[in-house]
Amino acid sequence: MKNKIANLDIIGRRKIYFAISLIILVPGLIALLLFGLNLSIDFTGGSRLTVELKNKVTDLDAQKVKEVLTDKKVRTYTLEKSDKSLLIRTSPIDSKTNSEFQNDLKKSIKDAKQTSFETIGPTIGRETTLNAIKAVIAASILIVLYIAWSFRKVPKPASGLRFGVSAIIALIHDVLVVVGVFAILGKVFGVEIDALFVTALLTVIGFSVHDTIVVFDRIRENLRRQNVPFAQVVNDSILQTLDRSLNTSLTVILVLLTLLIFGGETIRWFVVALLVGVISGTYSSIFNASPILVVWQEWTEKRKKK
Amino acid sequence: MRKSPRLPLIFIIAITLVAIFINLPKLNNVSIGPFKGISTSSSEFLKAFRIDKEFSFRRGLDLEGGTSITFRADVSEIPSAQKNDALNSVKAVIEKRINLFGVSEPIILTATVNKDSRIIVELPGVTNIDQAINLIGATAQLSFWEQGASESAKLASPSAYPLGIIQILGENSLKTSLSGSDLQRANVTFDPTTGAPQVQLRFSAEGTKKFADITKRNVNKVVAIVLDNQVIEAPVVNQPILSGDAVITGKFTVENAKLLTTQLNAGALPVPLTPLEQRVIGPTLGAQSLAKSLFAGIVGFVIIVAFMSLIYKKLGLIASIALIIYALINLAIFKLSNITPYGITLTLSGIAGFILSIGMAVDANILIFERVKEELRVGKRKDVAIEVGFSRAWSSIRDSNISTLITSAILYQFGTGVVKGFALILAIGVLVSMFSAIIVTRTFLRFIYEK
Repeated sequence: MKNKIANLDIIGRRKIYFAISLIILVPGLIALLLFGLNLSIDFTGGSRLTVELKNKVTDLDAQKVKEVLTDKKVRTYTLEKSDKSLLIRTSPIDSKTNSEFQNDLKKSIKDAKQTSFETIGPTIGRETTLNAIKAVIAASILIVLYIAWSFRKVPKPASGLRFGVSAIIALIHDVLVVVGVFAILGKVFGVEIDALFVTALLTVIGFSVHDTIVVFDRIRENLRRQNVPFAQVVNDSILQTLDRSLNTSLTVILVLLTLLIFGGETIRWFVVALLVGVISGTYSSIFNASPILVVWQEWTEKRKKK
Repeated sequence: MRKSPRLPLIFIIAITLVAIFINLPKLNNVSIGPFKGISTSSSEFLKAFRIDKEFSFRRGLDLEGGTSITFRADVSEIPSAQKNDALNSVKAVIEKRINLFGVSEPIILTATVNKDSRIIVELPGVTNIDQAINLIGATAQLSFWEQGASESAKLASPSAYPLGIIQILGENSLKTSLSGSDLQRANVTFDPTTGAPQVQLRFSAEGTKKFADITKRNVNKVVAIVLDNQVIEAPVVNQPILSGDAVITGKFTVENAKLLTTQLNAGALPVPLTPLEQRVIGPTLGAQSLAKSLFAGIVGFVIIVAFMSLIYKKLGLIASIALIIYALINLAIFKLSNITPYGITLTLSGIAGFILSIGMAVDANILIFERVKEELRVGKRKDVAIEVGFSRAWSSIRDSNISTLITSAILYQFGTGVVKGFALILAIGVLVSMFSAIIVTRTFLRFIYEK
């Protein structure tokens, strides 16, 4: 078993691993381009309310709720039934209309009770979107700079900047995988992108870089000590850190799975986004980030020869 | 030679005990087995330090239930130099109104987003959002009242009078024509001879005229200043003031002179508020979310301990103890923060951030163990392997954690509410995890492999 791992040639088969990444990325990207993302009111503005009934929600109940809303000149976008509660997304409702709605609802369905109500103005929605984009870009730039600085002493022709850029390519890979998966989930299951999703995305960024740096750190260390071809050093480093990468990811995945099972509906899709991101992050730190370093190295060497 | 792990071990035990003490749940006369009448209340202990609080978690609205409203504060009419004062005044007025409402631990924040001023109000336990908006969102009204000339000036019903005015001015209190719009601004100044703090009022041209008339009529009488239907100050007029510059003297401390000026400025610099965002979370929904994520957290923790022990045997158990200490320290920090002005609010996403930071703490341990295993494989002695393993693992722990810290800093900077809480808790978790890996795990390992 140990020997098998020691002889794995990840760098040699890098094209296969790049291809696997593409196979996962492409459907998500197509879904993203065709359908876009199913943005929640956190981004678009609008209202979200939950109504709880005494018994299991029937189609008739849902119809009644919708009628009361229509009476109040509120447009209902989606209406989701889950056991005794109804999750409703609508055009923006102000607090006055909402208390009228609550009164009328009690007349229509006796035991109906509103358990949550949210209204987000379109200004706030636009800000959330803008801030999310800003945060992703700012975090990426700072991380490239930090890695470039931290790896500034690696022997030539490798350079700190190269390590930084490779880490960011792996990071972008992970972000696109998560966004792509959610573009598909949005189309198929109506899953929404909300403020928590942005949090998940940024966590994935943190985790992805965290994971990549551990492998890079090993490459940095081995470059100092060994006098073997670059590709060989990278391959050795990946294998030496493989146990750690898998054990860590497995721990995080186990924790996320418990959150998924027991954590309740509020954070379900948040946890799914983290799960997808962590799995993708583990994959990309092993099969993308480090192989990219090798590709880059070989490419510069070829250019020099010409 | 700092090979002896005794001292760090004592340090770790001390920190753990302090953390356990802070984390003790509040008990009141509880009996556990042979021990009867156990009470633990941190408020008694904190009183010794003149802190009138107790160690407790502050739960966010998503866990507690309650109302959150974000207002846009329109300060476009206010000269830019006074914008900050105006915002602080609005905040003070809202605080006062909420106190009347009887909400425990409200949170009122001001924020500036893209040159837009915001006021965020969080009211735990309040679910009537319509009432809350009407109460909070109204623009502050400042008025000046005097004693009416005769009984005939009496208002129809006592409820039409501002709170506390009858006790001061009697039943024939009369509202003057002077109002908040006549007041330019209020300042804290100091008496040039005694140095005592006093409150200075500056009126507009029209206000000066009105104020001169009022003071002429009321020499040696009281003029009451009313904000939002409540008397905030009732100074006696010593002489007619014609210049438009009045000074209220009295037994002010700097603190309450400041409070009075912010209240007066709220009337002088009226800021209209419009609700931008509203959230109500029912108390049952909050409690459910809390119970579920707590349960998930405990199960997750048990799984980590089991997994680590399975893979790393004795080392794994050591790591698990380190993790328990890690969790205790983190929770203690959350509780401790609430006796400072920088309280950490636990929200659902915050708990997710905490659980994620546990994952990163585990990673630090795994990194170290894997390196130690490698050194052992090369045939090094156990104690040497531990030292070398640690120093080799350190650079990757440092770099990966710093990159996480960078991400959390960015999140904290750009994020709003939910995201901010997540970032803060993740950052604290990462810092504590570095401590836990470097000090706690290492000391334990040294102690065990010491000859």
